[in-house]
Amino acid sequence: MNTLIDIRGLKKYFPILGGVLRKPVGMVKAVDGVTLTIKQGQWLGLVGESGCGKTTLAKTVVRLLRPTSGHIYFDVPDEVKAEIEALESLGKNSGKLTSLVKENDLATFPGSKVRLFRRRAQLVHQDPFTSLDPRMKIKHIVAEPLTIHRILSGEAQEKAVRELLIRVGLSAGQLGRYPHQFSGGQRQRIAIARALATKPEFIVFDEPTSALDVSVQAQILNLLKDLKGEFGLTYVYITHELLIAESVCDYIAVMYLGKVVEMGTPEEIFHTPRHPYAQSLVAATPVPDPKRRVGRIVLPGEVPSPANPPPGCTFHPRCSRASQECRELEPPLELVGDDHYVACFHPL
Amino acid sequence: MENLVTIRDLAVRFYTYEGVVHAIDDLDLDIRQGETLGIVGETGSGKSMTALAILRLIPYPGRIESGSIVFFDRDGGGELELLTLSEGRMRSIRGNKISMVFQEPGSALNPVYTIGDQISEVFLLHRRQELGHRAKQRVESLLSDGSGLADSVRRPFWRWQRRLYNKIAQKSHPVEPRLLSHIPLFRRLLWRLQDEASLLTVNMLKDVEIPDPARVAVHYPHELSGGMKQRAVIAMALACSPKLLIADEPTTSLDVTIQAQMLELFRRIKADTGASVLFITHNLGVAAEVCDRVAVMYAGRLCEIAGVEEIFLHPSHPYTKALLDAVPMPGKELQTIPGALADALNPPPGCRFHPRCPSATPMCQQERARLKEVAKDHMVACHLC
Repeated sequence: MNTLIDIRGLKKYFPILGGVLRKPVGMVKAVDGVTLTIKQGQWLGLVGESGCGKTTLAKTVVRLLRPTSGHIYFDVPDEVKAEIEALESLGKNSGKLTSLVKENDLATFPGSKVRLFRRRAQLVHQDPFTSLDPRMKIKHIVAEPLTIHRILSGEAQEKAVRELLIRVGLSAGQLGRYPHQFSGGQRQRIAIARALATKPEFIVFDEPTSALDVSVQAQILNLLKDLKGEFGLTYVYITHELLIAESVCDYIAVMYLGKVVEMGTPEEIFHTPRHPYAQSLVAATPVPDPKRRVGRIVLPGEVPSPANPPPGCTFHPRCSRASQECRELEPPLELVGDDHYVACFHPL
Repeated sequence: MENLVTIRDLAVRFYTYEGVVHAIDDLDLDIRQGETLGIVGETGSGKSMTALAILRLIPYPGRIESGSIVFFDRDGGGELELLTLSEGRMRSIRGNKISMVFQEPGSALNPVYTIGDQISEVFLLHRRQELGHRAKQRVESLLSDGSGLADSVRRPFWRWQRRLYNKIAQKSHPVEPRLLSHIPLFRRLLWRLQDEASLLTVNMLKDVEIPDPARVAVHYPHELSGGMKQRAVIAMALACSPKLLIADEPTTSLDVTIQAQMLELFRRIKADTGASVLFITHNLGVAAEVCDRVAVMYAGRLCEIAGVEEIFLHPSHPYTKALLDAVPMPGKELQTIPGALADALNPPPGCRFHPRCPSATPMCQQERARLKEVAKDHMVACHLC
């Protein structure tokens, strides 16, 4: 499979402003050095607890936020990436490097180029009750991306909108309604139709089912599965529910405090997790089976603040295997198996 | 096992401009002594309304139309019919015999009072006599230990305080302290009650495993994390060691690892206090984790109720089966329930699930299914079972 997106050492810091002059007094390290590759046609699951930087990472990847540092390559050939890397390792600020980065690195794109990119990458937000404009009819909501990107207009646009909304499971009679007339599941369908309008290759879903009931959630997940096959899409799916990630995703990245701590296939993450955090996350997930009650690991304490992360491995204050090394050094993400990466000095 | 609460033919309706919403329709439910009963269902199935009906807190324009809720209080009072009690009696039960933990800990706490103040309020309201007794003992120990000139000057004041707290210890609202509590400066003479309450509060916070409880007690809710707030709310609900603890989606807004801590806490509390817990959740995994029995509700009616292993391993009602199939599980094709949740304004006749049921018969469309026992302790409301 070809690599579609390559994220290298991505960082996104938010300044904490303080004092009379509103000067930055600290940094919230929301995403702190994430390296991740997303392959064409992959369904990547991004799991972690609230505040671990999942949403910030997603928003940075679709360039709703400008990264503090790091590279994002969207559909860039490997030779170009290698060339940039080689030039960078020389440490000189050559004109060639600057022009190559400007040309290929999504992280540095100016607004006009980002707009071209957005046709190919879309985002579906978490809460369908706030992500749709309450004063727009749904046909206008879905038509808006087509108008903005000047893809279709007039009758062709109307036809495309109708087809899209019918494809996601709404009826033609509902086109003139407003968002408040729909249930949560239907609104999420509208949001998905809007994301599909520009015919993107890549869609980021930010917890699309967390506000929905179990039965509706299953409907949405099945719809996503069908759409992915039909349009050949690549997904990044953010969730805090591990059962969803395990059942639908092809590849999973577990995040903790702005860093990816483990990456692997669902089987590896859920059956043979190597990172202590991934292990306790899997063990803490309630499963509808009363026989699996025993053998859970309850993590002590809470997630530290990303404004003041602990030194060394950020997980060490809650980890049962922490050693002196963990308190001082930051473990690198290392390959431990077939496409299975772990950032831990003492993997399980 | 004996029942703690029996609900019979409970009907709750909301009179809205669009029409009458049947939020709960002829519900029969028993909560047994010392058990954790889970209620699961989707949005709008009436799970939260059942909890609010037990406490008689149904918001306007809702009304409890008919039915009975009997609460068996073995320590005092005997059988109480909650729906006909006076508002005053009901108030002495809420937060005392029956208490509730709400879904969103952030909005369940008052942002302008400290955690400690909010928990002591429960003691000051329901445990006044006990506080009076404790305060009296404290004054008595002062009287017996006191020596020296300064103490002998204070002695008459202490004696008067002893008399005052003695009165409170015997009767929770005697005339003299009640008068005092209405006069601004003199109200402060009752400070020992508040002191004792805050001591109990710190103990309570320690019980729910809050680290450094004395410091947390003087914090405001916004200074605590979500998990801590939920612990404080649980401490408040447990303050008077209730017979029944109602938990309305207590872990929905929390992270997985914090949720695991909470479930562990609930299990420990139940083992320690022997209280019954009514656990409302939409997460089937959580229900399997903590409950002894599980009731499944759909559109204001009970579909199925059985022991936790029975219901998850041998579900009988088509809705229960569909709900379990809709939970994403690895290596399993996701099954969806066709159609949408029944419209509460004009619900379908007969069995409310029949428009979405794969095995519906003409009888299901006309006649409502009553609960019947299909196995020991396993009740199902379906014509086909």
